[in-house]
Amino acid sequence: MTSAHSKLYSDDVSLVVVVVDTNPFFWAGAALPFADFLSHLIHFVNSLLLLSNLNHVVIIAAGVSSCAYVFDSGNAYAGGTADVAETLGKASRKMEEFIKQDARETASNGTVADGGAASLFSGALSLALCYIQRIFRSGTRHPQPRILCLQGSPDGPEQYVAVMNSIFSAQRSMVPIDTCIVGTQDSAFLQQASYITGGVYMKPQELSGLFQYLAAVFATDLHSRTFLRLPKTLGVDFRASCFCHKKTIDMGYVCSVCLSIFCKYHKKCSTCGSEFSRVSMPDLNSLPDQRQ
Amino acid sequence: MYGVGVGGGGGGFNAPSTASGRRKNQEDDDDDEEEETGDGRVLEAWERAYADDRSWEALQEDESGLLRPIDTKNLVHSQYRRRLLLRSAAAAARIQKGLIRYLYIVIDLSKAASEMDYRPSRMAVVAKCAEAFIREFFDQNPLSHVGLVTIKDGISHRLTEIGGSPESQINALMGKLECSGDSSLQNALELVNGYLNQIPSYGHKEVLFLYSALNTCDPGDIMETIEKCKKSKVRCSVIGLAAEIFICKHLCEETGGSYTVALDESHFKELLLEHAPPSPAIAEYAAANLIKMGFPQRGAEDLISICSCHKKIKSGAEGYICPRCKVNVCELPTECRTCGLTLVSSPHLARSYHHLFPVAPFDEVTFKLGQKGGQNCFGCQQSLINTGGQSNIHVCCPKCKHHFCFDCDIYIHESLHNCPGCESQRSSSR
Ligand SMILES: [Zn+2]
Ligand SMILES: [Zn+2]
Ligand SMILES: [Zn+2]
Ligand SMILES: [Zn+2]
Ligand SMILES: [Zn+2]
Ligand SMILES: [Zn+2]
Ligand SMILES: [Zn+2]
Repeated sequence: MTSAHSKLYSDDVSLVVVVVDTNPFFWAGAALPFADFLSHLIHFVNSLLLLSNLNHVVIIAAGVSSCAYVFDSGNAYAGGTADVAETLGKASRKMEEFIKQDARETASNGTVADGGAASLFSGALSLALCYIQRIFRSGTRHPQPRILCLQGSPDGPEQYVAVMNSIFSAQRSMVPIDTCIVGTQDSAFLQQASYITGGVYMKPQELSGLFQYLAAVFATDLHSRTFLRLPKTLGVDFRASCFCHKKTIDMGYVCSVCLSIFCKYHKKCSTCGSEFSRVSMPDLNSLPDQRQ
Repeated sequence: MYGVGVGGGGGGFNAPSTASGRRKNQEDDDDDEEEETGDGRVLEAWERAYADDRSWEALQEDESGLLRPIDTKNLVHSQYRRRLLLRSAAAAARIQKGLIRYLYIVIDLSKAASEMDYRPSRMAVVAKCAEAFIREFFDQNPLSHVGLVTIKDGISHRLTEIGGSPESQINALMGKLECSGDSSLQNALELVNGYLNQIPSYGHKEVLFLYSALNTCDPGDIMETIEKCKKSKVRCSVIGLAAEIFICKHLCEETGGSYTVALDESHFKELLLEHAPPSPAIAEYAAANLIKMGFPQRGAEDLISICSCHKKIKSGAEGYICPRCKVNVCELPTECRTCGLTLVSSPHLARSYHHLFPVAPFDEVTFKLGQKGGQNCFGCQQSLINTGGQSNIHVCCPKCKHHFCFDCDIYIHESLHNCPGCESQRSSSR
């Protein structure tokens, strides 16, 4: 038997799955135009691939009505065309196609209000994790995976459970989720994602220098991160939101059957239907106090 | 050969050592003395060759008695489908996630744990499975607590305080894997009973023994101790690694626990993981409740205070602050030492929400040309045509109609708990 821990790849070879927010409601009013953002992103992807020819980059677009893979450097090279510029050009065309298709689906759907909707980050994260599992299955010698979210639009509260499921699964597989916020609002979901999975969360001050932020912070592989002082996630909002009003609370009532959170005392759980008995809680004095 | 000496009802406290010889590979190995020498023994030639690799277990007999390798991929997938169906049945029974269980895992590290009928040793198998168990336990019971106790040289010792953090428990266990001397059920019970008497009354008190030995060396009358456990409502369960022992069976019967004996490693793991969800008995017994809880935030970096749990000076960013009395605590979940409020973090509760909204089992389908989603797995983009030379069977989500490979199917239902197809759609997921 070979020694179990021998790796073909050195520890600085990475698989980076980039999740890109393509929400048209956000980009319509964004400080950084989408075309500029895309060129920052493509330079970043290009530099990742130039850092090591074993590096692997996948881009997943998160739209309002759909999610899709738009670029996979693994496929690009398999075809024999190793021209990076050409494959990336193809990626940006594919991205534009995706945005048009997504807009059509949004228009035909009719459930999206005019004010806009959140991007489907739960779907994009789920896809990214499935892809990473495939890389894990490919043998013991695989690049070190991580996820980078480029989010601009606000979180979708209705995705809470699905996003949290993705975060916990990423944590179990030891996949860090990095976040670079390209909008104006912090994301409580992705703050928690970075905190729980040990990734980096950052909201750049000056978006016109996005490439510099991406290259300086998010291009560093997991091994090198142990030697660097990257921005730390501070002040993570761990407060819960109640199921009844989606209000943020720091104290509340939790159903013992399903763990739903409520801000007020209820007689019956609206999630699982259990009826609560008020008496059963404490009979603290019934037990003899035997300490050893 | 499996099952000799198991379930045979070895009467008396000291059952005869019938355990070795249970395995096929030990059939003609009569020399029990050699087997039982503890540390520093030299490996037998056959053990050396198979110490890491039990290649014979990957073989099965076909109809004509010829050996052929087990088709592991299909086997894994069918095992998983069985688990999935079991789980949806359990979900229907509405098991309480919010039961607050206080469980001590007692690991027998007497010299019997060094026996090598489990590979590489009973002790190593117990540690490996205990790690998996602790993770699963916290997944199933996010508000519960686990502590570890070991028995060595007839003395029981508390390895970790009862707490809610899986990592610290696992680290402590991995650092203490040595075995020697005899085992003592009574000493362990006395110790655990003492600790469990300090917990709040709404908690369910449980002990789970992972017992390698076939005897117990007790300082006094164990029947009195069992009576004591029964009185203080400590539910004791035992998983034996050797053969059935009367006193263990008696203990479990008296205290309402379950007693099982493992046949081999995978059986042991299965038996152990059955203890992760709360037993139906206590799940029914406990009435539904609304529990008042606090969701503390991390303190600010520049806030220096003394934590209530260790009485040490900490900066605010290292701990959490009780929302009711503003006292500093180090770890969640916990109970505020000052005001008694149960403190949890909201991600901690969210860890079990997937049980509320499970992903429906996928349907098996065969590949047809021109279907929605093309020829790749929607999740991982792997081609669905000709995977590993097998027939083109894969699965399809009944809701979003996207197609997935077997590997993604397992990953989605066992770990991710989201359907990537449904989550990538606005219409059906909202
Ligand atoms: Zn509310
Ligand atoms: Zn409920
Ligand atoms: Zn689970
Ligand atoms: Zn402390
Ligand atoms: Zn308090
Ligand atoms: Zn797949
Ligand atoms: Zn689906």
